[in-house]
Amino acid sequence: MRAVDALMECLKAEGVDVVFGLPGGANLPTYDAFYDAGIRHILVRHEAGGGHAAEGYAKASGKVGVSLGTSGPGATNLVTPICDAMMDSVPVVFITGQVRTELLGTDGFQEADTIGITMPIVKHSFMIQHPLEIPRTVHEAFHVARTGRPGPVVVDIPQDLSRADIPYEPVSDVHLPGYQPTIDGNQKQIRLAAKALANSRRPVIYAGGGVVGANAGPELTELGLADKFPVTCTVMGLGGFPAPHEQWLGMLGMHGTRAANYAIDEADLIVGIGARFDDRITGKLSEFAPRAKFIHIDIDPAEISKNVPAHIPIVGDAKNIIPRLTAEYRALAPDPARLEEWWSRIRTWQERHPLHYEDSTDGEIKPQYMIQALYQATEGDAIVTSDVGQHQMWTAQYYHFNQPRRWINSGGLGTMGFGLPAAMGAKVGCPDKTVVCVSGDGSVQMNMQELATCAQEDIAIKVFIMNNGYLGMVRQWQELFWDKRYSQVETGQWPDFVKVAEAYGATGMRFEDKNTLVSDMKEALATEGPVLVDVRVTREENTYPMIPAGKAARDMVG
Amino acid sequence: MGEPATKEVLSLDELEAVAGLRTGRKHILSILVENKPGVLTRIAGLFARRGFNIDTLAVGPTDDPTVSRVTLTLDGALHPIDQVTKQLHKLVNVLKIRDLEPEETLARELALFKVSTDGAGRAEVMQICEIFRAKIVDVTKRSVICEVTGTCDKVDAFERLVRPFGLIEMARTGEIAISRGRSET
Repeated sequence: MRAVDALMECLKAEGVDVVFGLPGGANLPTYDAFYDAGIRHILVRHEAGGGHAAEGYAKASGKVGVSLGTSGPGATNLVTPICDAMMDSVPVVFITGQVRTELLGTDGFQEADTIGITMPIVKHSFMIQHPLEIPRTVHEAFHVARTGRPGPVVVDIPQDLSRADIPYEPVSDVHLPGYQPTIDGNQKQIRLAAKALANSRRPVIYAGGGVVGANAGPELTELGLADKFPVTCTVMGLGGFPAPHEQWLGMLGMHGTRAANYAIDEADLIVGIGARFDDRITGKLSEFAPRAKFIHIDIDPAEISKNVPAHIPIVGDAKNIIPRLTAEYRALAPDPARLEEWWSRIRTWQERHPLHYEDSTDGEIKPQYMIQALYQATEGDAIVTSDVGQHQMWTAQYYHFNQPRRWINSGGLGTMGFGLPAAMGAKVGCPDKTVVCVSGDGSVQMNMQELATCAQEDIAIKVFIMNNGYLGMVRQWQELFWDKRYSQVETGQWPDFVKVAEAYGATGMRFEDKNTLVSDMKEALATEGPVLVDVRVTREENTYPMIPAGKAARDMVG
Repeated sequence: MGEPATKEVLSLDELEAVAGLRTGRKHILSILVENKPGVLTRIAGLFARRGFNIDTLAVGPTDDPTVSRVTLTLDGALHPIDQVTKQLHKLVNVLKIRDLEPEETLARELALFKVSTDGAGRAEVMQICEIFRAKIVDVTKRSVICEVTGTCDKVDAFERLVRPFGLIEMARTGEIAISRGRSET
């Protein structure tokens, strides 16, 4: 059997039903095998679109995404999705073509050192050196991508090796002696954590994307409800705890709620779960949660005490640890009344500083209202992807995600151009769900070519562009911190998104009136096939509240 | 501290963070890695990306041809060693890491010194070699090459003593190390 046919068998054995890719010279053999392999292949228009689609697919479905590109430029176009998947711990296997082995190192046509280029941004990578290695390597790649802290794995296959004939036998095990992630949390540490929780008077549970990745949303909710614990999530963790909820503080961090940030600031005990104390959460590190002790639960031991020293570290899978922590806590039966004072303090913040904006008095659409309207139009029950910038933060703030895997965005790398292809992947992974992309007029243009893919494959995503004619978040920073010197942030009236949509074979719409926005959105959602909506919003609106970069939670503005 | 799983009170003030500390001393990490292409690049790249500074690095085979040993020294005053080892452990090709305890470790380095003997210094250099159990491995009219084996400190001391004679050049391997006693490193 040709090695590429064995590759197809391996993909099927891994349960792969769809891949996103683009062919080229170096992966022609692989594409010949796709011709009748019975695996759905979605032909993207740019490898970056395929990579982000594989991420969106993985995040929405919980399965491993697969993305393919050829050698050289095909592979370098995948660099951004690979890095994005690394930062947000998304399980994706990237299979790249490579030039023939005799050409390696000669600067051959379309040769790039894919393994070298991607080395700092992969969980692991494999360079195929012998065709016999291919089957086992593919399974190892899936194993590494899926288990432990998930992440991107690159498999680089030289063209001549992929054509070779090999005896194929199904591989039932993987052999990676240096890779043994810890799943089971240490019981003694879990007990100590329960004890600390039982003795704390101002606890906060702070959950991140790891909870979503571990499918531990229900377990997190149960822990939160084991007592009246205040719960906040990072932008990656939204949906891990059902919002809105009386114990829900809202998101924390740079554009989080004041209640969440102030609670962190005054907490005596913080339980970080599947979160990594990123600078967008901590602000000024030396002033982050100055009164708190930290329980840190994470599957990646290197995250523990990386930024904030942990007092009770617990390494393992959140789904394994959280229920045990809940059980240990319940066994201690602490007096819930001890949290009353804490809650009265939190309620004061919530009442004094709710999320707010000044709504327009005419028909102008405020961007915040646009998200509230979307929440109404979708009845809070859509998978929502976003790009990066103001629209991302407003969506995180105003679309109250009540389930995991409903909110898909690029949090760590902050990749503009992520949202549209991610929505495409999410819709492929969850065809029965309404999938919406909230984008900006800047971001959406970075991977808009995938509308053609959506039209061709009838992938019915609904893209709502929050169009303010600016690179809005950069404009906001220039307004607030650079004396309003708007340098290279105005994008103006181009392109005409409605015409663009039509050119790509999608439906284009433009909404400009607040008063009919909800019903207009419902119409867009009910329209068949991919839809691109140009929503004209207030041009110079700022995302608030905000912890200025390098400042502490107490210094929040807006 | 209140025992876990009992009703005994635990004061949060008693909890101490233990990780992320700088030890202030030199650390020798003995790292067993799979003998595969690119492994050294992965280690070096990791150090560069995370801003860890390698003082010395030595790589060689072990008794198992599929496994190589990387011996790496770094300054515990500059880096939290636990973070370094945890990051290294994430590399799939890294099999085992030991942060060797100084008193339970034999560490050796090989160094070659090319010393000028233009003046009348040759006898003196030979004397120093004798004290350090170094060998003269090459002699010309105007120079000698000395081969020294020992700990990093011993090689440093040798260098200080021969430098005044005119040190033309030197080459050092960086330390390799193995734990004392019967058990494996």
